[in-house]
Amino acid sequence: MNPALLFKQMLANRKARAGMIIFGLFVLVSLVGPWLVQDPTAFTAVPHQSPSWEHWFGTTGQGQDVFAQTIVGTRVTLAVGCATGFLVVLLGAVIGGIAGYLGGRTDDLLSLLINVFLVMPGLPLMVVLAAWLPPGPMTILSVLVLTGWAWNARVLRAQTLSLAQRDFVLAAKVSGESTLRIVTAEILPNMLSLMTSSFIGATIYAIGAQVGLEFLGLGDISKVTWGTNLYWASNDSALLLGSWWTFVPTGFCIALLGFGLTLINFGVDEIANPQLATESRWARKLKNRATADGSTPVVAGGVR
Amino acid sequence: MNRSIEYLLRRLGFYALAAWVAITLNFLIPRMMPGDPAQIMFARFKGEMSPSAIAALRETFGITDAPIWQQYFTYLRHLLSGDMGVSVSNFPEPVVSVIATGLSWSIFLAGSALIISFILGTSLGALAAWRRGGLLDSIAPPLLALLGAFPYFWMAMLALFIFGFGLGWFPLWHAYPEGTSPGLNLPFILGAFYHAALPAATMIIASLGGWMLAMRNTMVGILGSDYITYARARGLAPRRVLIRYAARNALLPNITGFGMALGFVLGGALLTEIIFSYPGQGYLLIQAVRAQDYPLMQGLFLTITLAVLGANWLVDIVTLMLDPRTRR
Repeated sequence: MNPALLFKQMLANRKARAGMIIFGLFVLVSLVGPWLVQDPTAFTAVPHQSPSWEHWFGTTGQGQDVFAQTIVGTRVTLAVGCATGFLVVLLGAVIGGIAGYLGGRTDDLLSLLINVFLVMPGLPLMVVLAAWLPPGPMTILSVLVLTGWAWNARVLRAQTLSLAQRDFVLAAKVSGESTLRIVTAEILPNMLSLMTSSFIGATIYAIGAQVGLEFLGLGDISKVTWGTNLYWASNDSALLLGSWWTFVPTGFCIALLGFGLTLINFGVDEIANPQLATESRWARKLKNRATADGSTPVVAGGVR
Repeated sequence: MNRSIEYLLRRLGFYALAAWVAITLNFLIPRMMPGDPAQIMFARFKGEMSPSAIAALRETFGITDAPIWQQYFTYLRHLLSGDMGVSVSNFPEPVVSVIATGLSWSIFLAGSALIISFILGTSLGALAAWRRGGLLDSIAPPLLALLGAFPYFWMAMLALFIFGFGLGWFPLWHAYPEGTSPGLNLPFILGAFYHAALPAATMIIASLGGWMLAMRNTMVGILGSDYITYARARGLAPRRVLIRYAARNALLPNITGFGMALGFVLGGALLTEIIFSYPGQGYLLIQAVRAQDYPLMQGLFLTITLAVLGANWLVDIVTLMLDPRTRR
């Protein structure tokens, strides 16, 4: 399957299309939004105002416009989320791919590395790393990649391992194709849908973890992102003063974006495994959530 | 039996390796950062701590002028004797005793939430599979998917806002009421349960779906197997088939999950504790980060990691005992 074909099939799939529209809207907001709203850091109004005509989402504890903050915050949050998702899958594909394709000693060693990173508790490691590094989006990005790549590496290793044993790959080997050509022309195209859904899953994880870290005050608190918006909301005692509008819109944006991405993943799943499409998708997806992107922090079991 | 022991030892070796990686990371992270780690570590406390106290801390962390491998062995030696240094923000309390206090609150809060969530989730999952396509089976999964799209800490904030602030049903922070003293007295015990109720409830709601769906999916598989059909054909009571035949076997994967969750209990539910200002491990970790209390931070990270690794090994042992297939 080539990328253009996959994209065409995704457009034809009802769920993937709906998800891509939601995702596209957020991308659009992140690109042009910052020019359409007022300065999100300007202290323009009376603090702690509830939503009104001038301030659609009210004002923060410092008199900033919450609507502007939500719009402008989309950019960095989305950029860091997607970049992390991409890098996590890239790193996972390289390490998992090498391990799965070469096998033997290399595989033993790399698998050991993958398992060590899998068994380490992610959130505390993230917190400690982020505390030592200078705060900012780049720190968040590298911390998330470092703690998140192992899961994808394991999944992609398993896939490579099974593909490398298939007849068409063996046939290519026998006919004297170079390793590079076998990997790029025979194996990679067959992993495209898996890598796409890994990318989307990793992006969902990255957005959640990023917002969580920034909420804890580990990001650059002078930047406007969804996470820092929530950090300031809790810092300005939004909860004690009853200003629900400072944290409710951001939460809904995160949920909507996550929902959109999940819809795309449903679609990709159905394209890749048509025979599975009849089983309850909600249940399957949730099951994957609970076990797969195992890093959304907090409590074990569900939100691990 | 020999094989099982060999297997367990191999796993133990793996966890030992992982623990060594964590310990070494803990040693390397401060040293890989730009600047003098000791300066960053104690900068805030230059005026508050005597030079001799700082020297003692440097010694504990092995941040001396000695070559790096020598520093590393000093650090390992101190660690092995249970010395993690002194907490800078709770000076002069040693890190180990600060962690011990946090640990007991974390075990109380996250432990009770885990047990309730596990029992409730697995029972609901078994029921949903038993009545496949029924009311429970069709309503719960999409509802849980919707809830799962919201960040956990955001939902916890909302719960605190509505039930703590808005309705005033629950306390807003801390683990026990002011004016009571920790110990075996009724006001303290009742107060501790009251303070844990809301945070525990948010954790249960957030994790219920995972247990429920894992159980449901395994159950569905098992209910389709021949021995269940045979048990039904023999005319056994449906209740007996459900509990003794199906649920008992479907429980295995969830027990693995339970063990892993246990590790996270010792690590404290970071975000829950922070939102509800609950003085467990996670809350301590964030306090340490905010106060730049690096010794405490490092100690917490290490304790949490070791707890998770230990729990994982425990799971290996339990699975081996429960599931004869792994023994081969």
